[in-house]
Amino acid sequence: MEKKTQVIDIDRSRYDFRYAEDESEYLESGIAPDIIAAISEEKNDPDWMREFRLRSLEIYNRTPMVNWGPDIAGLDVDKIVTYIRQKSRMNSDWNDVPEDIKETFEKLGIPQAERESLAGVGAQYDSELVYHNVREEVAQSGVVYTDLESAMHDPKYADMIKSHFMKLVPPTDHKFAALHGAVWSGGSFVYVPKNVHLDIPLQSYFRLNAKGAGQFEHTLIILEEGAYLHFIEGCSAPKYYEAALHAGCVELYVGKGAKLRYSTIENWSKNMYNLNTKRALVEEGGTIEWVSGSFGSHVSYLYPMSILNGRNARAEFTGITFAGEGQNLDTGAKIVHNAPDTSSYMNTKSISKSGGVSTFRSAVVVKENAHGSKSSVNCESLMLDRISRSDTVPVMDIRTKHCDVGHEAKIGRISDETVFYLMSRGLSEEQARAMIVRGFADNVSKELPLEYAVEMNNLIGLEMKGSVG
Amino acid sequence: MSQLLKIENLSAGAEETELLHGVSLAVGEGETHVVMGHNGAGKSTLGSVIMGSPEYTVTGGKIVFNGEDITELSADKRARLGLFLSFQNPIEIPGITLAEFLRNALEQVTGKRIKLWDFKKKLYAAMELLEMDKSYADRDLNVGFSGGEKKKAEILQLLILEPKLAILDETDSGLDVDAVKTVSKGIEEYKKRTGGALIVITHNTKILEALTVDKTHILSAGRIAAEGGAELVDDVIENGFERFSQQGAK
Repeated sequence: MEKKTQVIDIDRSRYDFRYAEDESEYLESGIAPDIIAAISEEKNDPDWMREFRLRSLEIYNRTPMVNWGPDIAGLDVDKIVTYIRQKSRMNSDWNDVPEDIKETFEKLGIPQAERESLAGVGAQYDSELVYHNVREEVAQSGVVYTDLESAMHDPKYADMIKSHFMKLVPPTDHKFAALHGAVWSGGSFVYVPKNVHLDIPLQSYFRLNAKGAGQFEHTLIILEEGAYLHFIEGCSAPKYYEAALHAGCVELYVGKGAKLRYSTIENWSKNMYNLNTKRALVEEGGTIEWVSGSFGSHVSYLYPMSILNGRNARAEFTGITFAGEGQNLDTGAKIVHNAPDTSSYMNTKSISKSGGVSTFRSAVVVKENAHGSKSSVNCESLMLDRISRSDTVPVMDIRTKHCDVGHEAKIGRISDETVFYLMSRGLSEEQARAMIVRGFADNVSKELPLEYAVEMNNLIGLEMKGSVG
Repeated sequence: MSQLLKIENLSAGAEETELLHGVSLAVGEGETHVVMGHNGAGKSTLGSVIMGSPEYTVTGGKIVFNGEDITELSADKRARLGLFLSFQNPIEIPGITLAEFLRNALEQVTGKRIKLWDFKKKLYAAMELLEMDKSYADRDLNVGFSGGEKKKAEILQLLILEPKLAILDETDSGLDVDAVKTVSKGIEEYKKRTGGALIVITHNTKILEALTVDKTHILSAGRIAAEGGAELVDDVIENGFERFSQQGAK
């Protein structure tokens, strides 16, 4: 019975298929001003965006590499192909999407998901959105869901984009934010007018197919006063041996009394550097709810940040991270209480196995003016064997006495006694361990949309398969 | 009656220390055996070793169940053959409900899928017998259960899984009079319905009142110090273990 829990590889075949790239057009790898100019040319950027890209590149060139967190020495940005344009233009009729791309998304369950339960879907393949569709009744309510490039050229939204684009996450934020500013491509723009409640979620799906490529999609969501939206984001990529980079950016503006739920299931292939930046600005009485599942990538740096900017603004973050062999997933969340009576709640689970490293970083900042604010952080880690690692790095910066801040962290392993208990009822060791892990993840999977909860349980099942040596 | 469980000259220990020294014991089909002894005499160890706990290593002898040598089998395989252990300290499993767990276990033990509706009916009937509120079915397994509720949940599992032989490790300890009665009712029902065999590890007689004890074994320092019929239980309750300890030491 002295068995060590270890997994060598898991079956990711559902994600690992890929198609030939001959239809695509590569721009040279590496980053020089002329490449950036070529992207602008290709996209027919407005002048301010051309300048923005070049300015971001300058910032990128003078900003030092991050020197904390997981090692990213294996990432050679100069070799990452920054822009791959599919020859196809964006479609709103699924039948017009090129066959191989369509097949990719069909395999991943899109747009079947749309037919069943979504108000709109956007699908990005490599650098460009290839499919976008919004139900008519949703469009009629004034909701806009399109790609950022189109919106930028639409006189109705051009100014809105100019005044919001990378204002929450400026290029000076960190090196990869600067890179994003220079080479961003694709992504989504969502606008929900005042008091419009979208009862069914919008979904975007990002898929990086080309090897040695970078994906730099930008998601900009603006909710006016009293609006409600649930936005779901899914990501995947096939496995290549060359490193790939994802440096997307998500900016969420939640108006007075509005509520945004932002769910992500990320299952990038295990050669991906996932250096993604997500930020929300929440006005008075507004709510941001993040649900975040991180399963894939080789290295992740991911800390969605919520700035509670008006009285009674709320943030809730629910996250799960599963780090297997060869993965170093550094995830967490940051909350800034910047107004009185704001509240935040963070609940995260991290699982590490087969030598995987999972680090949870939380930062709670309570500004002087944020009296009467409440924050509660709860993180639990589970290590499935003795070669895996789990760390918790909580930071609290409290500038007022009149607030209530709590933090609880638990790190544990599956005890032999627990496994024996379940086995004594007829479950095999593998089933017992999978059940314990599923139970551990339960209050996170409850927060996910149903098909994603099923997906997550499948992923846990996959990860646990063969985990008993 | 034919032999259901046959333990021959069993020695076992944990981390270099031998805790059981050549224990032999045989339980026939449908029989009820009582195991008594001081704290630390090896009673719980014996129960855990019969069930296949990885905490202990068998260093000698063998365990035969239903004609099959199970000494090397893992706990799940023993469970599927019809062995059951009611834990002295049942484990809490967050995020998995009692019903979900038990349905899973039942499917593993029987090797058959069971319809949710059929299962629920069976589960609720057993819960009613044990005076457990139905809401416990949807609560996380043992999480936040009181001592008594945990023991009831163990007997609930016994009633649903219907093993051929159940080992009850101090199921009555820490329970108040009413709870012991309820738990006893469950055990009686198990005997009545399945005709299964029992090994009852206990310190007192209350749990035995409704059962017909076939044999009593006194464990002392990892050895069988004395054996007898039902009368031995009363003898021990009255006079204590002292004289058996001395025999055991010889």
